[in-house]
Amino acid sequence: MTALLNVTALDAFYGDFQALFGIDFELNEGEAVAVIGANGAGKSTMLKSLAGLVKNRPDAIRLAGRAIGDASAASIVRLGLALVPEGRQLFPSLSVEENLLIGAYGGERSAPWDLAAVYRMFPVLKERRRGDVTALSGGQQQMVAIGRALMSNPSVLLCDEISLGLAPIVVEDIYRMLPQIRSGGTAIVLVEQDIARALRASDRFYCLQEGRVTLSGRPRDVDQDTIRAAYFGA
Amino acid sequence: MSVESIHIPAAREQRPADAPVWQVRVGTRLSRFAAVAGIALIVALAALPAIASRNLIQDLIFVFTMLTLAQLWNVLAGWGGLVSVGQQAFVGLGAYALFAGIVMAGLDPVAAISLAGLFAALVAAVLGPLLFRLEGPYFAIGSWVAAEALRLICAQFKSLGGGTGMSISPGELSQMVGLKMVQALLGLRPAAARDVLVYWLALLLAVLVTLGIYAFMRSHHGLALAASRDNAAAARSVGVRTARTRYVLWIAVAFATGMVGAVVYLQKARISPDAAFSVTDWTAYVIFIVVIGGVRTIEGPMVGVLLLWGLVTYLAQFGSLYLVVLGTLAILIMLFMPTGVWGAAARRWQLQLFPTQRWLGRSESSPTPL
Amino acid sequence: MSGFDTIIEGVLLGGVYALFALGLSLIFGIMRLVNLAHGDLILFAAYLVLSATIALGLPLAVASLLVVITMFVLGFVLQRLVLERVLGDDILPPLLVTFGLSVVIQNGLLLGYGADSRRLQAGAFESSSVVLAPGLSVGLAPLTALVTAVAAVALLQLIFYRTSLGRAFRATADNPAIAQLMGVNERNVYAIAVGLSLAVSVIAAVVLGIRASFDPSIGPARLLYAFEAVIIGGLGSLWGTLAGGIVLGLAQAIGGRINPEWQILAGHLAFLVVLMVRPRGLFPARRT
Repeated sequence: MTALLNVTALDAFYGDFQALFGIDFELNEGEAVAVIGANGAGKSTMLKSLAGLVKNRPDAIRLAGRAIGDASAASIVRLGLALVPEGRQLFPSLSVEENLLIGAYGGERSAPWDLAAVYRMFPVLKERRRGDVTALSGGQQQMVAIGRALMSNPSVLLCDEISLGLAPIVVEDIYRMLPQIRSGGTAIVLVEQDIARALRASDRFYCLQEGRVTLSGRPRDVDQDTIRAAYFGA
Repeated sequence: MSVESIHIPAAREQRPADAPVWQVRVGTRLSRFAAVAGIALIVALAALPAIASRNLIQDLIFVFTMLTLAQLWNVLAGWGGLVSVGQQAFVGLGAYALFAGIVMAGLDPVAAISLAGLFAALVAAVLGPLLFRLEGPYFAIGSWVAAEALRLICAQFKSLGGGTGMSISPGELSQMVGLKMVQALLGLRPAAARDVLVYWLALLLAVLVTLGIYAFMRSHHGLALAASRDNAAAARSVGVRTARTRYVLWIAVAFATGMVGAVVYLQKARISPDAAFSVTDWTAYVIFIVVIGGVRTIEGPMVGVLLLWGLVTYLAQFGSLYLVVLGTLAILIMLFMPTGVWGAAARRWQLQLFPTQRWLGRSESSPTPL
Repeated sequence: MSGFDTIIEGVLLGGVYALFALGLSLIFGIMRLVNLAHGDLILFAAYLVLSATIALGLPLAVASLLVVITMFVLGFVLQRLVLERVLGDDILPPLLVTFGLSVVIQNGLLLGYGADSRRLQAGAFESSSVVLAPGLSVGLAPLTALVTAVAAVALLQLIFYRTSLGRAFRATADNPAIAQLMGVNERNVYAIAVGLSLAVSVIAAVVLGIRASFDPSIGPARLLYAFEAVIIGGLGSLWGTLAGGIVLGLAQAIGGRINPEWQILAGHLAFLVVLMVRPRGLFPARRT
C-alpha cells in the first residue's frame, strides 16, 4: 500500500545553502505524525517544501501518487495539502470570518469542513466573526489559523509550531481538537519543539538533526535516551 | 595605489615575517590605467576647441551636460533610493535663476551660474522634507508634481517672459567674463566664443560631478547609503543613519543640477517654462542614459550618453518615433539586461574603471601598523 | 451666486479626478506598484473609444464597453508579460519600466493620431443641463461624471469587501506568500488587479473625452491629478480618494476663479499644503 504523502530523498536549498539532505518520509491516511528536532534542524523547511514554498525535484514529494515537488503553493492546497504556518500569519486586513473564508479560496473540496463546522469546533470564533483578527488573543488567533487551513478540506494538514507562544492551558485546548480533525479524514503532521506533547498526540514520529532524519518510529517503541541522542546528536 | 587603511586585529599580533597580510582594497590595475587615460582624455577635450568645428562643440556641450545630469540622477535614484521624476525642476530653476541674475540683477553670467545652483539647492532644501513624506514610489510622482508647480510659478514672472519665455540679446552676453580672452585666443566671433566658454564650463562640471560622486560613493556616507538602500532595517540596526545623508544628497544634487540648467541655458540664450521644465528633455533622456548604460555604476552613464548621442544623431529627425524607440529600448533593457550595457560588459569581462566595491587582497608587504 | 457656482464646478471636476485616481489607487493598494503610465493609459483608452466610434461607427456606450474589455485584457497581459518581471523589493525597475511605457504611449499616440485636439461625441447629452434649483443649473455631462465616480467607488468597494476576489486582493496585499498557501495564485491576482485598474480607467477616459477635448500630451497631467487625489484623500481608502478628488477639483475651481492662470497651480499647491499639514491625507484608512 502506498502512503498518502510520500517523500523520497528530499534535498532542500535556500540559494546555495542546503537545509535538507535526503529526507525520506511518509504519512498515511488519517495518521498523525510528529516531526521533532532542535532549532534549525530543518523542520520548518521540510513543511515549506511540502507546501510548495520551497521548490524541489518534482518526484521528491508525492501526494496521493501525484508528483508535487515543484508545484506552486497555490496548486498544492487545491490538491489537499494545507499548512498552518508558524506564527499564525493571519491577514490583518481581513475580519475573522474573512480569514476563514479565504482558506476555501482554492474552491470547494468535499466536506466536512465549512464555516459552520469550524464555528462548531471553535465557538468563540463565531462570536468574534466580524472582529479584527489583531484583537484576538494568541490562542484565538491560532484557532483562526487552524480553521483557515481546514476550510480547504485538506487530506493532509501541516501544523508548524502551533503551541508556540501560547499558555499551556490554551495549548491543551487546541490539542484536544486534533482527534476531531483526524476523525474527518485529515492526516496531520505536527512540527513541535515540545517533544513530549507532540509524541503524545502522534502515531509515529521523525526526528531531524541538521537536515537529516536521525530517528523514526512509534513513540512507545523508543525510550527517552534514544530520542535525546537523535535530537541533540551523540 | 588605492589601499584603504586596514583594521584587522591579527595584524597587530606577533606574526611570522613571511605571513601574507590581508588588505581591503578598492582599486584594480585597470582602474589605475583608466585614471591615467582619463586625465589624458580630459586634457585633450579641454584643448579640443582649438581645432573642432562649432557643431562638434555644441554636440559635446549636449553630451557633457546630459552626462552630468545622468550621473546626478544615478546617485540620487540608484544609490540614494530617491527615484525622482522631477529633476527638471532644478534644471528649470537654475535656468530661470540665471536669467533673473542677468536680466534683473545685471550679474555676470558666469557668476550667476553658481548662484543658480544655490537657488536650486535652497528650493530643494524647502521641498525635501515635504516630498520625503511620500513613501518610496510615491516620491517619484510627488517630485513630478513639485516640478510642475514650479514651472507654473516661473510662468507667472512677466519680467522673465511669463508663459512664452524670453531671449537674452547677444549684447548683454558680450561682456561676459572670459569671453574677450577666448575670442582673442581662438580668433572666434562672440557667439562661437560663448559656445567654447560654455563647453569648458560643461566639461568642468561633468568632471567635478563625476569625481565628486566617486569620492562620495567611496566615503562611509556613500557606503552607508548603499547599505540602507539594500536593507533599510538592517542598516538602521547597525547604527547607520541615512535620513540626513539622503537629505544632504538631495540638496547637493539639486545644487549641481541647477548649475547644469544654468550652463545649458547660457548657451541657448532663450528660455521658456515649457522647455526649461521639460520632463522629456531633462528627466526622460537622463533616465534613458542611466538605464541603457547601467544603473548604479559611474561608467554606465558615460556609456549611455554616448549611445544616446549616436541615436540622437541618426533618429532625432523622426520626432515621436525616436522617443517611441528610446522608450521601448529602455523597457527592454530593464527587462532583459537590468544592469545595462556597462553592467553586462563589466560582469562579463570583470571591468571596473571606477571601483566602488571593496575586496580583500593578499599582500606580501607589511602595511603600516595602525 | 458665482461663489456657489464655483463650488459646484469644483465638486463636479472632483468626480473626474476621482475617476482618474481609482485605477492608480487600486494597484498601489494591492501590489505597491506606482504606474507612471497611468495618465497615458487613460489617454490611450480615450483614443481607442474615439476610434471605435469613428472608424467602426459604434455608439459611444457600445464602444466604451468594448474598450473596457480590451483594456482589461491589455492590463492582464501587461502585468504577466512585463510588470511581473520587474516587481520586487527594488522600487526602481517598476518605476523605470512604467515611465518608459509612458513615453512610448504618449509618442505612439502622437504618431497614430497627431497632435490635434479631439473630443468624444455624445450628442445632445454633452450640452444639456439639469436645473437643480431655481437659478442653478448644472451640465448633465459633469453631473453624470460625478455620479459615475460615486458608482465606481461603490462598485469597487463591493468587489473589495464582499467578494472572494476582494478577499484575495486584500490578503495578497497583506502577505503574498501566505496568500498562496490559501490557493490564491498571486500572479493572477496581480494581473486581474492591473486589468481592473485599466478597465476603470476607461470610464475615466470616456468622461474626460466628453467633458473636454484631449490630445496625446495631456496624459502625464492626468497622472498627477490622480496622484494628488489619492494622497489628499489618504492612502488605502477608495472613499478617501473620491473626497481627495473633490478637494482637488475645488482647489482648482477656486484658483481658476481668482485668476484663470492659477487653476492648475492652485491644485498643486493644495496638494503640497495637505502634504505639509496632514501627510497621511485627509481621510486615511484605519490601517496602514
